[in-house]
Amino acid sequence: MNKSDARSEVLFQQKFPIRGGDFVNAGDSSCKIRNTLREIGIDSDIIRRIAITAYEAEMNVVMYAERGVMSINVYRDEILLTIDDKGPGIENIDLAMQPGYSTATEEMREMGFGAGMGLPNMKKNADTFKITTEVGKGTRLEIKILLDGKND
Amino acid sequence: MKLDDIVKSCNLHVVCGEESLENEVNGGYASDLLSDVMAHSKKGDIWVTLQVHPNIIAVAKLKEIVGIIMINGRKPEQETINKARSERLPIMTTDLPAFELVGKIYSMGIRGKH
Ligand SMILES: Nc1ncnc2c1ncn2[C@@H]1O[C@H](COP(=O)(O)OP(=O)(O)OP(=O)(O)O)[C@@H](O)[C@H]1O
Ligand SMILES: [Mg+2]
Repeated sequence: MNKSDARSEVLFQQKFPIRGGDFVNAGDSSCKIRNTLREIGIDSDIIRRIAITAYEAEMNVVMYAERGVMSINVYRDEILLTIDDKGPGIENIDLAMQPGYSTATEEMREMGFGAGMGLPNMKKNADTFKITTEVGKGTRLEIKILLDGKND
Repeated sequence: MKLDDIVKSCNLHVVCGEESLENEVNGGYASDLLSDVMAHSKKGDIWVTLQVHPNIIAVAKLKEIVGIIMINGRKPEQETINKARSERLPIMTTDLPAFELVGKIYSMGIRGKH
């Protein structure tokens, strides 16, 4: 096997469905991802960054979308986290990325959501962060975190 | 310092997670905004908040927080207790407001920056 094959080989993969509006089970998928990464011996600082991005992405699906799927792919030298949802999409991505911008309802704010920090925190903790969205259809996030050989 | 030292000194009521009170507390964080706690709390922190709904257990677990203290006489929802029990995560309550409680814990030597 040549080097690029070894690099692109998926060592581990998991998928989780997320239900919009389900605040009770919200966060469970992120916790499962964290537990699995611990079991396979991923560096703790990398796990901390994945935990933050997975949680914030999961909560956004719960708060704003109808449903979604979060998937994690562990490669030899990077981890790819993708979150696809069916939902309203984001009209203005630049605005949504601004710290403090939020369309959370009063009820969500009372629960401590809606600080407008989720997307900025995801970006901060990711090595690459890509967001694609279509109004009326849904949103897709692709978050890559490099393993820097710490996973060897 | 052990969580149990804080429980005794501050006269906290322990709702669940008694089996984990021997765990070490490295620092503390006080906030009611979940993405703020996700961004800024640290492993080994005690978390002071007025939030009582079940989602706070996922936050605590993901950030390796050692315990949650609910202030102002607020009580956890039943589902919050169920989730905390299955994670062996201590939930404590107090009638004190946040300012008073944090002052007490700070005076015991626990810091927000660590
Ligand atoms: N998956 C999504 N679908 C539709 N809109 C979204 C989605 N994710 C984010 N948004 C929009 O972008 C805004 C900013 O999101 P961000 O996660 O930064 O903050 P928030 O969710 O409002 O608050 P916080 O994450 O701090 O609890 C949201 O208020 C919402 O309007
Ligand atoms: Mg958010």
